[in-house]
Amino acid sequence: MSFSKILKNTFLFILLSFILTACATKKTSTTKIDGQMQGDVYTGSDTVEYLAKGVPDRVFFATNESILTTMSRDTLRKQAAWLRDNSNVNVVLEGHADERGTREYNLALGERRANAAKDYLITYGISSDRISVISYGKERPVDSGSNPLSWSKNRRSVTVKAN
Amino acid sequence: MIKFFKILILIFLLSNTHSNALIEIDITRGNLDPLPIAVSPLFTDEKSKKNSVDEIEIKDIGFEISSVIENNLKISGLFNPLNNEAFLQKPDIAHLKPRFEDWALIKAQALITGKVIIEKSKLKVEFRLWDILAGREMLALAFTTVPSNWRRVGHIISDKVYERLTGELGYFDTRIIYVSEEGPKTQRIKKLAIMDQDGENTKYLTLGNELVLTPRFNPTSQMVTYLSYFKNLPRVYLLDIETGTQEVVGDFPGMTFAPRFSPDGKKIIMSFAKDGNSDIYTMDLENRIVERITNHPSIDTSPSYSPDGKYITFNSDRSGYQQIYTSNSDGSNVKRISFGNGLYGTPVWSPRGDLIAFTKLHKGKFFIGVMRTDGSGERLLTENFYQEAPSWSPNGRVLIFYRETKTNQKGEGFSAKLWSIDLTGYNERLVKTETDASDPSWSSLLSN
Repeated sequence: MSFSKILKNTFLFILLSFILTACATKKTSTTKIDGQMQGDVYTGSDTVEYLAKGVPDRVFFATNESILTTMSRDTLRKQAAWLRDNSNVNVVLEGHADERGTREYNLALGERRANAAKDYLITYGISSDRISVISYGKERPVDSGSNPLSWSKNRRSVTVKAN
Repeated sequence: MIKFFKILILIFLLSNTHSNALIEIDITRGNLDPLPIAVSPLFTDEKSKKNSVDEIEIKDIGFEISSVIENNLKISGLFNPLNNEAFLQKPDIAHLKPRFEDWALIKAQALITGKVIIEKSKLKVEFRLWDILAGREMLALAFTTVPSNWRRVGHIISDKVYERLTGELGYFDTRIIYVSEEGPKTQRIKKLAIMDQDGENTKYLTLGNELVLTPRFNPTSQMVTYLSYFKNLPRVYLLDIETGTQEVVGDFPGMTFAPRFSPDGKKIIMSFAKDGNSDIYTMDLENRIVERITNHPSIDTSPSYSPDGKYITFNSDRSGYQQIYTSNSDGSNVKRISFGNGLYGTPVWSPRGDLIAFTKLHKGKFFIGVMRTDGSGERLLTENFYQEAPSWSPNGRVLIFYRETKTNQKGEGFSAKLWSIDLTGYNERLVKTETDASDPSWSSLLSN
């Protein structure tokens, strides 16, 4: 083995270990967030309350989005099942946004989010007469923090019993 | 409620006012060298001082009016009011005929003098503006009003001085309506509040029982439109601030928000949200006719008219993200005008018609900026963690907006305050308010 080849191999080895370390570091940091966020959608249970045992009251959204995640759809199906069993209960869907947007746009965004949840409940057999919608925009955060995790908890639609 | 008294303006001396004056302020550029001006306390004789104490419980009314003028000129950033301890000439004598050498000695380039008389429940104020270098009078005016109106006299004098020295209308005899905020970030108590432009005379118009947002002045009358969550139904309201009467605007089966008046004060333009979609509507306040202006499955909101009423600007996420658009006031000919990096919102047309002020979100920072009405010439005036909702001074030279602070790790330390900045990007200032504050809206000049 020539000297230059040894040098080349050493270089490759060092390069490879750098790449591996870089990957490892990246992985740990994502896992850390994974506990409570996926993408930037909140997946934790810190602020979640329950309409009944096993029926979470809220779903969370990505920044500027009103698309329901797999987890949100699962939550809303549980809410729909519970609403079918409790046909005397009406609900208000309260749509919210985080503080990182202009006030007026966020009012519209909160309304869009609550309606996304409402439409899903209707698809699962809940009459639209039983559901009303209100947007609070960014006016009623649950978490007063100014960081990505706090913001993710605030981007939500909460199902509240109206009677 | 708040009452207004018409102020009589008597122009009794207008000699030389338009002949080649030497001092002049260029306000189109950032003014880093404010004009040194001496505001001599307005002279009040002993009898008027006594009457002043009896009527409005103020000892030296002339001195107080001068303080109002001095403060206005200072916060404009264009003037540097000199310390009155350095003044050599007595106020009453200076008002008759200043010894120009004395004032030149302390480097004053302009001088304001005046006299106040209070008798029989009438406040009479006269003032003169002098050009020290040219050694002559530039302006002289007199006012008669009720004594309780003394602050407004100070503001009107400030406007006249500003107008004479800059060639533009002033903005001191104006008020700000805003949302007063108290309590923790998750449970803010919000009230409508109104104050003079300099932060004085604060009055609260609602009690804080329901959430209120985004009040805006009617440019032609003492009316305000705003969003209230009364009975948990977020709707646009119309409020007469003189009588206190209010009503819901229109009969919409859902949330109405983001209201603003048309320049003639006869229409309200706003958003109506239904089934997850927000579009822009107008309602004519005289015949109650509602018109739909935009019809698009995206969020269209924050509408604002051009000063001639022919066009509107608004923000929409029809491109996928929040951007600024213009259209004819009937909604035809929609054009996107913001194309820079980031999101754009809260467009407001300048009262001069040539610019649109906006909020921009880019790389996690919020900016207040201006662009031409075709979207060219974007200029960012200020950058911060969070700020939005610019509102123009009636002369289109200053923007007022609100700024919120970042909280610490524990979620503490939240505050919201009003700030102002010149169109030039200079003279950024905290606007004094009794409580935390947001959503400011600047009135028209009251004396016009």
